[in-house]
Amino acid sequence: MKRNLVLEDGTVFSGTGFGSEEEKGGEVVFNTGMTGYQEILSDPSYCGQIVTLTYPLIGNYGVNRQDFESISPAVHGLIVNEACSLPSHYQSLGTMDELLKAKNIPGLQGIDTRKLTRLIRKHGTLKGKLVAGDADINAVVEELKSSPLRTDQVKTVSTKTPYHLPNTGKRVVVLDYGAKSGILRELSRRNCDVVVVPHNTTASEILLLNPDGILLSNGPGDPKDVPEALPMIKTILEENIPLFGICLGHQLFALAHGANTEKLKFGHRGSNHPVKDLATGKITMTAQNHGYTVRTESLAGTELELTHVAVNDGTAEGLGHKTKPAFSVQYHPEASPGPMDANPLFEKFMNMMETAKEKGNQLCLNA
Amino acid sequence: MPKRLDIKKILVIGSGPIVIGQAAEFDYAGTQACQALKEEGYEVILVNSNPATIMTDTTMADKVFIEPLTVPFVSRIIRQERPDGLLATLGGQTGLNLAVELSESGILEECGVELLGTTLASIQQAEDRELFRGLMNELNEPVPESEIIRSLEEAKAFTAEIGYPVIIRPAFTLGGTGGGIASNEEELDEIVASGLHASPVHQVLLEKSIAGFKEIEYEVMRDSNDTSIVVCNMENIDPVGIHTGDSIVVAPSQTLSDRDYQLLRNASLKIIRALKIEGGCNVQLALDPDSSDYYIIEVNPRVSRSSALASKATGYPIAKIAAKIAVGYTLDEIKNPVTGSTYASFEPALDYIVTKIPRWPFDKFEGANRKLGTQMKATGEVMAIGRNLEESLLKAVRSLETKCYHLELEQPKQSREELIPALTDADDERIYHVAQAIRIGMTVQEIWELTKIDLFFLEKIKGIIDLEQNMRNNVGDLELLKAAKEKGFSDVWLAKAWNMTEKEIYTLRTNEGIRPVYKMVDTCAAEFESETPYYYGTYADENESNLTERESVLVLGSGPIRIGQGIEFDYATVHTVWAIKEAGYEAIIINNNPETVSTDFSTSDKLYFEPLTVEDVMHVIDQEKPKGVIVQFGGQTAINLAEALHDRGVAILGTSLDSMDRAEDRDRFEQAMQSLNIPQPEGATAFSVKEAQVIAERIGYPVLVRPSYVLGGRAMEIVYKEKELLQYMENAVRVNPEHPVLIDRYLEGKEVEVDAISDGKDVFIPGIMEHIERAGVHSGDSIAVYPPQRLTPEQKEKIIDRTISMAKGLGIIGLLNIQFVLHKDEVYVLEVNPRSSRTVPFLSKITGIPMANLATKVILGTPLSDMGYSTGYAPEKEEVFVKVPVFSFAKLRRVDTYLSPEMKSTGEVMGRDTTLQKALYKGLVASGMKIPTYGTVLFTVADKDKPEALRLMKRFYEIGYTIMATEGTANYLKEQQIPVTVVHKIGSKERNLLDVIRQGEAQFVVNTLTKGKVPARDGFRIRRESSENGVVCLTSLDTAEALLGVLESLTFTARQMPAFEKDRALV
Repeated sequence: MKRNLVLEDGTVFSGTGFGSEEEKGGEVVFNTGMTGYQEILSDPSYCGQIVTLTYPLIGNYGVNRQDFESISPAVHGLIVNEACSLPSHYQSLGTMDELLKAKNIPGLQGIDTRKLTRLIRKHGTLKGKLVAGDADINAVVEELKSSPLRTDQVKTVSTKTPYHLPNTGKRVVVLDYGAKSGILRELSRRNCDVVVVPHNTTASEILLLNPDGILLSNGPGDPKDVPEALPMIKTILEENIPLFGICLGHQLFALAHGANTEKLKFGHRGSNHPVKDLATGKITMTAQNHGYTVRTESLAGTELELTHVAVNDGTAEGLGHKTKPAFSVQYHPEASPGPMDANPLFEKFMNMMETAKEKGNQLCLNA
Repeated sequence: MPKRLDIKKILVIGSGPIVIGQAAEFDYAGTQACQALKEEGYEVILVNSNPATIMTDTTMADKVFIEPLTVPFVSRIIRQERPDGLLATLGGQTGLNLAVELSESGILEECGVELLGTTLASIQQAEDRELFRGLMNELNEPVPESEIIRSLEEAKAFTAEIGYPVIIRPAFTLGGTGGGIASNEEELDEIVASGLHASPVHQVLLEKSIAGFKEIEYEVMRDSNDTSIVVCNMENIDPVGIHTGDSIVVAPSQTLSDRDYQLLRNASLKIIRALKIEGGCNVQLALDPDSSDYYIIEVNPRVSRSSALASKATGYPIAKIAAKIAVGYTLDEIKNPVTGSTYASFEPALDYIVTKIPRWPFDKFEGANRKLGTQMKATGEVMAIGRNLEESLLKAVRSLETKCYHLELEQPKQSREELIPALTDADDERIYHVAQAIRIGMTVQEIWELTKIDLFFLEKIKGIIDLEQNMRNNVGDLELLKAAKEKGFSDVWLAKAWNMTEKEIYTLRTNEGIRPVYKMVDTCAAEFESETPYYYGTYADENESNLTERESVLVLGSGPIRIGQGIEFDYATVHTVWAIKEAGYEAIIINNNPETVSTDFSTSDKLYFEPLTVEDVMHVIDQEKPKGVIVQFGGQTAINLAEALHDRGVAILGTSLDSMDRAEDRDRFEQAMQSLNIPQPEGATAFSVKEAQVIAERIGYPVLVRPSYVLGGRAMEIVYKEKELLQYMENAVRVNPEHPVLIDRYLEGKEVEVDAISDGKDVFIPGIMEHIERAGVHSGDSIAVYPPQRLTPEQKEKIIDRTISMAKGLGIIGLLNIQFVLHKDEVYVLEVNPRSSRTVPFLSKITGIPMANLATKVILGTPLSDMGYSTGYAPEKEEVFVKVPVFSFAKLRRVDTYLSPEMKSTGEVMGRDTTLQKALYKGLVASGMKIPTYGTVLFTVADKDKPEALRLMKRFYEIGYTIMATEGTANYLKEQQIPVTVVHKIGSKERNLLDVIRQGEAQFVVNTLTKGKVPARDGFRIRRESSENGVVCLTSLDTAEALLGVLESLTFTARQMPAFEKDRALV
């Protein structure tokens, strides 16, 4: 079945459809990871976007039970060079096509994905729509031009009600802006007693849960579309509760302290992004997925300091609070998919919570 | 950390001669390293024994030494040069072993030389099986149950415990020499014995076999700051059980989920960190296809064949970066040379599929054991790039130049019964058998059970077969034609399927716009802008290869390294590329060998990594529209394409097609020689067996027979009788049906080789080389001596005159190579090759005349006279230089080792000194020969050779060697008053010849050919036994005499004082 990708600049890529037949539009982005398509597909941060995978053979190891990063993928489309119809892996339960059909995601294959990638690299992220082969191109282009970018993605993917993942260790409240399962998995692995709360949960609501630490999750879109998070973050920090921000959480952490964010030309999406720790000089290979970044200059005069930078383009990758037990990274220490090199950051968070607790106890004793 | 300033002078060790398991990839690595170090301002001293390499060019290092890679010779250089640092991790196992030996000898400490990069302790921890296993246990990284054993008894105790099959891996050997898989006690006996022998430390590792697991490799890098990255991972299509060098490999991995990928990545990085590698490292792992269980198979703490492949597969220059790390840089300080904007501390992202297929020498060695196992047998490899697996695989298949343009053998097996064993016991053709099995209706499930090749790959192959059928059923369907081209089908196959000519298919589809575009290899999947001129063809929308204003010249490379077409041709290719650039043109190259310097994207202005077939070359020509194509540097590969390219209107630069044909076509060559009045051995062309008999009868036996248009003397033989001739005709005609057989009179005599450059007016001869072995031994297998030591001035004059008149008479523009034989005072011409030859790098280096460069300039129109050269012979050098062939027999079971007109060597070394004997000594030592000044020499020679052999035995005896011979020869010797030790013949119950060889009681074996290639023959067993036990076996009396000359020059005499001449006084 013929299907087209129509871009707002009028470019059309004609290929074969797979997955759902629904026509969906969104920002067209590319990810350079060579493995991990199932995780990418189900990562809530791609809410409303159409993802092109630069690696040309997708679906080789099928789809399995454990590699979902969310239950209902929010991505609006998947574009590949070739989707494997006969996958092979002991864990495989089905094909990409089957998954996309089940989750109502349109797919497009058989186009020159490298050409599309180069186009995005040159022109920046573009809006696009996956439509049937006989759709009126001009009408689609007009529609794309006139429709503004969405601002409600976090609301869409965040949990509507809080839920509890009981465990025996530290109580961590996760602000769900579109949290990947990987983050929850990493906390659970460390026996954290996790409470996942909606994006608009207030500080007082959180404090009622008596958390040992707060984790600001990843999520889709522009951080400035989530203003409700900023007062909460400030209040939490005043309480000296350890805080860890990841990706969108990192951007919100920055905004809460008066720093600024901006949109990148085509973002960082892949599993091979080197990040330098400014304190130690060490390089870590990281998984990234973000279209916005914290402006380094805007950190001046705030209580935050730059701790990590991207080796490739020098953009901000990590922040630390000068006085409070709080830090954040732009990349994904939970990986899934991608390298696990940054995984020790969860350890850092654990230690921070431990230290804070000891301090708290001392304060009690002194009192 | 920035680069170190406390070191100024660095010694780089190369990898020595090309042998199976260690090929051109180390020339590529070494060249990159030297360039990287020079770029940083260090003084680079290079030592390597291999003259055929680019790295030994004097422009590559500040000082180049072509000397044997042994402790005494390299110590000499160290004492003389006093380097501050030593870089040994880029010279393969040879370089690494030598570094260990140098360190142990104390010379490094004595001269204050620091080993750069990975430390010796780390190297040993990775290489020493016991230390390595200890470390793995410490790291909690799984290794297959195994034990280091030092004797057969220990081996049996181990198998009694864990059962068969077991893998046998000798310690400290390259390419798995002496290893294998044993499924029973008999096999265990054999392989353990050869393994213990092959290991310099007399240790082998016995390991539980995990055959059938997925074999995965990670190429990793680490710097002193502990930054560790994965450059590339690769998956072997052939599961564990076949040496990775003999496996078909794809990059990146195809069947690993991200979890699997990260699991193995984590393990690899943990290991490289624990080993504190500073540079490149290769980690081989086995992954259970049914769980997440994995094992670490092996770690190579150095740049390897896989890292060359990974460099070409990703564009990330591992060796160059490793060299920079060795002098102190960290990965985040080094710019990624591909993008020019990002840094080396990242992991390349591929947006294509790379396939590597090994090139095996079995087309030359018909009797060889083709079964693949843990001991590598391939001499080279090809790589292909595509946007889908099928395209990548089929492009690789047709790059091999084995006359297969598809997954289809010329004579495929037809039945399940034939296919099943071929699928179970892998040989070099298994991938074709898999395709054939699908064709005859076997299911992928069945094939999986027999091969354990992952279903993913089998399904892809099945897709190819389904498409084949579809193509056959729908002749003329253009949509299908496009689909087939997208999946990598060749025009040759399509032409056959649609009953058209290849040219018709080409025209049909290009008229329809079905032609490839070129995409860039940029390390980053287009995420960053790159300007690397490194392209591959694929059927897609966007073409990224832009034409420039400059006029371009296209050079065809020489494809995979094989016997007869080695690294020498890559050397010439690289030089022609450089010369084209110097001449102001844009130099474009097409080649498919991932090991070489020519496929380094920084060598040419534009690199097309493509198969060397008419179709693929024409696509590049259509794209680039070059001024013309240079074919004379890419060996027979390029020459073979000349005619078809010419037919399609492409300009062949240099010697014209007609002139090439005149040199290569038998009859036309004969006419040319007659008109030039140059004698050649009498001969004629036979088109049938009958004709052959008549011709041989007429010119008289012995005769030299061979098919026309051959490489490296393939299928060439000397036959002495009609019966042998008939036997030969059967085989040769089958080998090459399109071409007739040539029959020449075999003239016994001294063989001489000449390389010359002609511009049509002037003919310049840089050098004449004399062969040690008489005519009848392939020139590539002979020891060549420059300048000639035994030619009279008259003979030389004749050679020079004839070379000049042939070059002119044949219309050569560029290089030519001529072989002469001196028979009874006459100089006969044996053959003329209108192209660059194997000896071009050797002669260029020793004479300092840049032959390939001059020839290229001539081809591009500059007369020799403008470059300061004129007709004649260059003045000879004072010193003596020898080129000694190196063989890889230990790795090729059942291959007969005797020297013949058919080439068998895989590489060469050079010896250089003030006298012939000294040069020979160095050459022989560099080739791996041990030359003790006393010992035992075992003679088993044919009756016809006995008188000549007697003289040699006498001389051996005189320098103190013990002579050993079987009864017949022994009696003959005793008659001549030469003491001799008698050994029993093969088959005798008592201690016989083979026992003597096995137990290492003879240092040298001299064995001449009785006749017949039947392996059962005693001579064959003697030669094989010698090769398997590392005993030098000389099959030419000329080589034996040369060795004797060396021994004589090394030994002092011990003679009694003369008795008083009192008897005479009394008279």
